[in-house]
Amino acid sequence: MIEPKIFRSGVRPNWCPGCGDFSVLNALTHSFSELDLAPHQITTVSGIGCSGRISGYLNTYGFHGVHGRALPVAQGVKLANRDLTVMAIGGDGDGLGIGLNHLIHAIRRNVDVTYIIIDNHIYGLTKGQTSPTSPTGFTSKSTPKGSLDTAVSPIQLALSAGIGFLGQAFVGNPKQMIKLIESGIKYNGFSLIIALSNCITYNKVNTLKWFRENIHDLDNDETYSPSDRKQALLSAVEHNDLVTGLIYHEEKASCQDLLPGYPNRPLVAQNLTPQQEILDNLTAAFY
Amino acid sequence: MNNDINGEFGEVIWQVGGQQGEGIDSTGDILASTLNQLGYYLYGYREFSSRIKGGHTHYRLRISDNPIGAISHKLHLLVALDQESLSTQNHFLVPSGIIIADENLNVNSTMVRHNVVKAPLTRLSEDLGNKIVKNMAALGISIAIMNLRLADFEDVINQRFSKKGSKVVALNLAAIESGFDWACQHELLGKLPLKSGDKKKRLFMIGNQAAALGAIMAGCRFISAYPITPATEIMEYLGRQMPEIGGAAIQAEDEIAAINMVLGASYAGVRAMTSTSGPGLSLMMETIGLSGMTETPVVIIDAQRGGPSTGLPTKHEQSDLLSAIFGTHGEVPKIVITPTSVSQCFYQTANAFNLAEKYQCPVIVLSDVALSLGKQTVEPFDASKIKVDRGQILLEVDPTPEDGTFFQRYGYTASGVSPRPLPGTKNGVHFVTGLEHDETGLPADDPALRTAMMDKRLNKIPDLLPGSTFYHGPDNPDYLLVGYGSTYGPIAEAREMMANDGLLVGHLHILIIWPFPIAELDYNMETAKNIFIIENNATGQLEGLLDMHSPYDRKTKPIRKYNGQPFVPFEIYQQIKERL
Ligand SMILES: Cc1ncc(C[n+]2csc(CCOP(=O)(O)OP(=O)(O)O)c2C)c(N)n1
Ligand code: SF4
Repeated sequence: MIEPKIFRSGVRPNWCPGCGDFSVLNALTHSFSELDLAPHQITTVSGIGCSGRISGYLNTYGFHGVHGRALPVAQGVKLANRDLTVMAIGGDGDGLGIGLNHLIHAIRRNVDVTYIIIDNHIYGLTKGQTSPTSPTGFTSKSTPKGSLDTAVSPIQLALSAGIGFLGQAFVGNPKQMIKLIESGIKYNGFSLIIALSNCITYNKVNTLKWFRENIHDLDNDETYSPSDRKQALLSAVEHNDLVTGLIYHEEKASCQDLLPGYPNRPLVAQNLTPQQEILDNLTAAFY
Repeated sequence: MNNDINGEFGEVIWQVGGQQGEGIDSTGDILASTLNQLGYYLYGYREFSSRIKGGHTHYRLRISDNPIGAISHKLHLLVALDQESLSTQNHFLVPSGIIIADENLNVNSTMVRHNVVKAPLTRLSEDLGNKIVKNMAALGISIAIMNLRLADFEDVINQRFSKKGSKVVALNLAAIESGFDWACQHELLGKLPLKSGDKKKRLFMIGNQAAALGAIMAGCRFISAYPITPATEIMEYLGRQMPEIGGAAIQAEDEIAAINMVLGASYAGVRAMTSTSGPGLSLMMETIGLSGMTETPVVIIDAQRGGPSTGLPTKHEQSDLLSAIFGTHGEVPKIVITPTSVSQCFYQTANAFNLAEKYQCPVIVLSDVALSLGKQTVEPFDASKIKVDRGQILLEVDPTPEDGTFFQRYGYTASGVSPRPLPGTKNGVHFVTGLEHDETGLPADDPALRTAMMDKRLNKIPDLLPGSTFYHGPDNPDYLLVGYGSTYGPIAEAREMMANDGLLVGHLHILIIWPFPIAELDYNMETAKNIFIIENNATGQLEGLLDMHSPYDRKTKPIRKYNGQPFVPFEIYQQIKERL
């Protein structure tokens, strides 16, 4: 087993001290280690934002793309090489604002990628504007009189789009986060883990203390069954989406299982030598 | 129309027109497929509107016993199933041409100069029990007029309709025959007799199919795209073939997702592409920059249509040129290829994958409505002409001294291209980002480094790629016709017309337009006295590029067309003649 610290690149994070992103970085290295993975077997695709910097801090293949598009890149990587463990990571603005469209479709498509949204209810990198998960009335630099919009609920959206693996973690509970990430990676299909996080610099409302006081932990709720989609939706509504733990889990065929003619060997390993015979077969229909 | 001593024609231009949903396409396709088997050279062009049922549509087929690369302004035989075919198309007819009009149509006095034959198409088909086959009755009449043999059509009809059952096959054959018989009874047999074809085997296909085939042969095993006219056939064809050849085809939620998936797949090491048209290209711009910045190869086919905005979705234009070359913010290395024919759609799409990997940059293949949807006769493709050159991919990497240090993905090299290990490769772990970065790939904004990295990226593609232009004609021509991409066929033919008039005329054509092949262009333009720049856009985008690169004013003369239609050779010839 490779030690967690080996999964850290030599690069020092430029996050503010006390930022929740550190906990996610830590949880990732522990999950990789627990799963007995090696750095070269993992590709981490990340979005743009403070959180998006995470791919440079991990000692895995790292792809830091454009704002909001980590998911399509990650799906392309996975489909090209199904042997890789593929992570997509980004902030709430990245994944639920500019990139929301891709989340719904990644869920529907069900490519085996593990997606972590680090949700601090604010735009950190651009220095404190309202985010899609900021509550109505949230005052920020861009909403001095309070946000007018209804907050988006990634949990309810994901459940209604048909997600097969959904969990929500909290940066104040690293053990649970590690477990969720591990299960998400092991899951054959698209897995979404929302990491409730704090932006110590710009979000003075949704602080660690605030999260702690409002969170309802499903892992410790004996009446809760993560295989019941209806109950999952109801509990999200009941607890204002502040539930943590494994929210929903259902085994189903992944995109790789279903794609017609998709080979077991990764696409990157196919023989590409042009063959006249193949060409002749293909062109026969055009004579 | 050059008829020989036997009174046979080496060339006939036939057209059928009607309402969408009346089987106009299949009428044209059946005639064309049969003629292809008989060894004629063909060029088929459809006019259609952006709706499924209703709206006028027509299919024009130029049939020749010699290679051709363009439609023609002329028409010899017009089959009209709707009024619009008569009112908007009759003026193309040559004086000796024939119009076959359904007898329900109103043939007005403007058409009396032509030989108008009112045919009971609806009645003939109703007699067979189904008026849906009136297009086939019309085809039967056409066959008789061109002196073709009914029996030659059986194969194609069988192939086309056998899935629908033997009754449908029989119905269609009967309709063709009844049209043929009617034509014979009305003394139309052999009115426009075609010389016979050479029976050689040749392909007949649209540019989109050729491009998709080129991609497969070049080893493309991943496509992600979003449907858009006139590019959709590429994703549809690859969607059908990928399962057969062990690849993957994904219909993306939008073009942004499509290009990002392709970039991810290509980063992971599979040859990958997307296909789109102008609106999609606009959406892809940010990621084209990411491809340039991260030096990740990507291949994009942009089948241009009339712009801007939703523009003319089904009509022809070459107006994405500057957008393809300069689009995306900032300055990135890029290659833009403008294939000149359906055949080149095949070979140049294959070439695009090599260039993208060799130079680790985005490559855009620019086709357009005429090329993507126009059907041309193509000599059989030769797989041995396609070489797969994957550039600098590292399959093995030596261990680094310390764990946790990234592989230097962007190390400076003499060529400016740095070797790339693919994800999954031991010891090759590295980081790529759209942020400016150092040799390791880590974000960095030191001024000296920034300059060095910009130079590395921008200088790695040579100023001139081999085979960027080609020239036909005499040394030191008096007249030089210059174009790029799909105007090749029309310009080549216009040049022949001018040469036949005894003029010293040359044709300079661009196949790879970025990096801009100014050295080759200048070499050819230097001695020419009159230079005509021929392009399908309003603002003269190629002329703009020439101005940008040429130190002196060449006094070029523009010939531009942006009404949604491709050039026909004669109008180029005519416009030049008017300005001599
Ligand atoms: C197309 C585009 N628009 C805007 C930006 C500027 N931008 C960078 S990060 C960001 C939002 C970051 O917020 P979030 O995703 O919540 O991440 P955090 O910084 O909080 O981790 C924005 C708007 C950009 N990089 N690209
Ligand atoms: S601004 Fe907020 S999100 Fe960004 S690093 Fe600082 S604390 Fe973290």
